[in-house]
Amino acid sequence: MRGKVIKYNKKNLDTDLIIPARHLVSSDPEYLAAHCFEDFDPDFHQKKKEMYISIVVANSNFGSGSSREQAPLAIKAAGIKCVIAPSFARIFFRNAINIGLPIVQLKEIEEINTQDELEIDYEKGIITNITTNKLYRINKMPEFLQELISAEGLINYARNKILKN
Amino acid sequence: MGYTITEKILRDHCDNKNASAGDFILANVDKCLANDITAPIAIEVFNEVVEGTGKGVFDKNRIILTPDHFTPNKDVASAEQCKILRDFAHEKMIVNYFEIGRVGIEHCLIPEQGLVLPGELFIGADSHTCTYGALGAFSTGVGSTDLGVALALGQCWFKIPNSIKFIYTGKLNEWISGKDLILYTIGKIGVDGATYKAMEFTGQVIENLSMANRFTMCNMAVEAGGKNGIIAPDKITETYLENIGKFSYKKYASDKDAEYDDIIEFECGKIEPQVSFPHLPENTKPISEVDGMKIEINQSVIGSCTNGRIEDLRIAAKILRNQKVNPKVRCIIIPGTQAISLMAIKEGLIGIFLDAGAVVSTPTCGPCLGGYMGILAAGERAVSTTNRNFIGRMGHVESEVYLSSPAVAAASAIRGYITSPEYL
Ligand code: SF4
Repeated sequence: MRGKVIKYNKKNLDTDLIIPARHLVSSDPEYLAAHCFEDFDPDFHQKKKEMYISIVVANSNFGSGSSREQAPLAIKAAGIKCVIAPSFARIFFRNAINIGLPIVQLKEIEEINTQDELEIDYEKGIITNITTNKLYRINKMPEFLQELISAEGLINYARNKILKN
Repeated sequence: MGYTITEKILRDHCDNKNASAGDFILANVDKCLANDITAPIAIEVFNEVVEGTGKGVFDKNRIILTPDHFTPNKDVASAEQCKILRDFAHEKMIVNYFEIGRVGIEHCLIPEQGLVLPGELFIGADSHTCTYGALGAFSTGVGSTDLGVALALGQCWFKIPNSIKFIYTGKLNEWISGKDLILYTIGKIGVDGATYKAMEFTGQVIENLSMANRFTMCNMAVEAGGKNGIIAPDKITETYLENIGKFSYKKYASDKDAEYDDIIEFECGKIEPQVSFPHLPENTKPISEVDGMKIEINQSVIGSCTNGRIEDLRIAAKILRNQKVNPKVRCIIIPGTQAISLMAIKEGLIGIFLDAGAVVSTPTCGPCLGGYMGILAAGERAVSTTNRNFIGRMGHVESEVYLSSPAVAAASAIRGYITSPEYL
């Protein structure tokens, strides 16, 4: 997949900043999407639209804090196709994959900036920064994880698997 | 290059025979567990997964349901939750559903029932599922979604964790238990010191440690952020399993040249009983420092999946024998399972507790998570053998929990402030 980047440099960007607790009353993806990053970057939606953003590049321990599944849901529903960070909080990591939001661990985030264009090849395990012409290796995503992401999450993945048999 | 015990167990449970730390795998689980808080959501997920497919659970013998957090049902809401488990268990003919009267605190009950063995891959929708690493199993907590899917597929995905090796050397002082060792460890590395990672406990101290103390240590791996705690099976493990009639299982050990993220060595000869101050398990202080602070307590809790085993009750009884609980203190003792309760009765421990002026409860999580049976009011303080002292964990947000071993909790119940049996 290909997309343009919005970069957030803050470390430990927690789930309250991703989706404030006051919005947990709903699990409607559109509602959550509307409030994504609301307290952290109120202009997120505007920037996203103006710059055609579909990738978030963040700093270490992204998604720390509560175990709310609404955090990756909000990001995904907001139209973000991938989150890249040097490390993720453990539960956020699991939740993101379980709801079908691809996340990628990459150390070299300081070489990527807002508006850079990236190409991510999950199968080969390569990220290309088209803007700076640099290549990065990432952990290859095993087949079942790719299936899981394309099934839009663990529940559908499991359903498909049962239906196939 | 060699592999760790954690890598080997996970690799043997998936198709990728070359998998090692950092790789994602889809693994076959041996057992999966849920309780009265997590099972209702997992069952909902399960129903969503199988709806209209005619598929049942992956294996009715490998699912364990333990209504232990708010039972015997504390109120209408908890009764409704438990009913969901019970109905599901009956409908799916789940073999290991434990009704009130048979149930105990899950992480005391499951090893005691022989429902987890060395080399197994065990997942539970409860963060302290890491307890069973003490038997040399890979065992970890997962979310309700993961568990719901596992109920249908018998599979769960993992990222194989890197390991940190902990080596404990030297000779332990009197009253030093597994609880003190793990609190000391968390005090040194912090509550995020092992995030994502396997904590492998080794060294001559561990080799001589009882199973009860090993369970206590692995139980709190998650309090350092660990994915699992693990101890390679040895003679002590084998003896424990023989006593419950288990003889066949697969024993794994780390290779000599296995790769570790870090190797941390602790000389244990000078370790004193540890106390974790509010509101994080990493806020540890040695008892010699704490004693002088005369921290008055209103409650002392001895129990939980960390310290509700018979060995823990024996220590408490040794200290409380012919003593009286301080009139300002409520001392609540909670045997972890029915079998532990029965042993405690036969050994005369319950009599000692009642004589001392403590209350003894039916097996339950109860006050550990601020559920019921010993909730704290604003401004109150408890010393407790449980595993978390987060804000409001045992009741009011302005109450405080100090974590300790059973020895310290029992001595403090007598004195009325936090102290150690050696100062009695
Ligand atoms: S005793 Fe406490 S920590 Fe253990 S399972 Fe129950 S609530 Fe959780």
